[in-house]
Amino acid sequence: MSTESSAAIGSVEGVSLYDVDHPAPVIEPPRKRTGKTPKGSRTNFEMYAWLFMRLSGIVLVVLVLGHLLIQLVLDGGVSKIGFAFVAGRWASPFWQVWDLAMLWLAMLHGANGLRTVINDYAERDNTRFWLKMLLYTATVFTVLLGTLVIFTFDPNIR
Amino acid sequence: MATPTMDKVGTDPSASPASPYITVTFRIRRFNPEVSDEAQWQDFQIEIDPKERVLDALHKIKWDVDGTLTFRRSCAHGICGSDAMRINGKNRLACKTLIKDINPEKPITVEAIKGLTVLKDLVVDMDPFFQAYRDVMPFLITKGNEPTRERLQSAEDRERFDDTTKCILCAACTSSCPVFWNDGQYFGPAAIVNAHRFIFDSRDEGGEQRLEILNDRDGVWRCRTTFNCTDACPRGIEVTKAIQEVKRALITRRF
Repeated sequence: MSTESSAAIGSVEGVSLYDVDHPAPVIEPPRKRTGKTPKGSRTNFEMYAWLFMRLSGIVLVVLVLGHLLIQLVLDGGVSKIGFAFVAGRWASPFWQVWDLAMLWLAMLHGANGLRTVINDYAERDNTRFWLKMLLYTATVFTVLLGTLVIFTFDPNIR
Repeated sequence: MATPTMDKVGTDPSASPASPYITVTFRIRRFNPEVSDEAQWQDFQIEIDPKERVLDALHKIKWDVDGTLTFRRSCAHGICGSDAMRINGKNRLACKTLIKDINPEKPITVEAIKGLTVLKDLVVDMDPFFQAYRDVMPFLITKGNEPTRERLQSAEDRERFDDTTKCILCAACTSSCPVFWNDGQYFGPAAIVNAHRFIFDSRDEGGEQRLEILNDRDGVWRCRTTFNCTDACPRGIEVTKAIQEVKRALITRRF
């Protein structure tokens, strides 16, 4: 029976910094559960967010694929897109509603996905808070700006 | 490795032609805070029958080669759930893993399960795991007076949660979950499995309370359906399915 020690464990230049009375700090995982872990908020928010991801995803498949087909494939492809093309489409309430629904669903779907990523990967409470604030600000700004443009679009602007 | 004994004889000149023993390298992740603040891989070469289990190899190392190797085991027969560890990158019970099944021609890596504090070598601090278990109230909750005889249950009602009664709390599932690795405040698969065992028990009346607990920020909605837990479970519990059933129960009870 042979042993093959790759290296003597922990001896730093022959002298160990740690011993029985002064053990090294153990390697702890981020954010472990303790008896003091905050108890629940007793709301259904997480469930609604989970459901929203599934439902908006289904609707977005139709909206986005239809959008890409019209914009990039049919009728001359991407070269036809210009101010006049957009103005012509937004003259119809149907396309206004289509684009509005796509804007809101895609933005909220993406924002909720990023919120999940932040919850999963940000370790410190402060980091979580500020990343989420940045995310929410960017989302609200984009959604409001897009909505404003769709509703106040003026085809006669010079 | 269909016929390991005959194949490997040539590699070990000291063994007689009939010897079942082969030489296997175990690459074990060692950590001892009394010596170093860093974990290191250490190789052990031992001669062992490939039909033995990884736990037997660990015993052989601890008893014959290096007595400082530290790991947990109690029953050594897949019931107590003490010896879950990461063997060749996958969570398994050392006492249920045969060496011939995990390609002994290459070094076999053994390390502590992930996502929990390593205390020494393969021993982790299970407190956060059991805290999540306690938080889902894994005990019978009833209202009213106790009946004078047993609480009877039909075979179909018992069948409903049969799968999740098999859990041995070894933490193989929870410590294989990528959400748990990054955020240990997630309840984790094992706690949800044990909540499932009571939520779907016809004799229990605390289901609504448990669903409320699992409806929260660290509850079932954090599950990303990666199926790591189902793959890891040494008892073959369909863990992801159980989590899915809790999600469905929440949705159908709220609407």
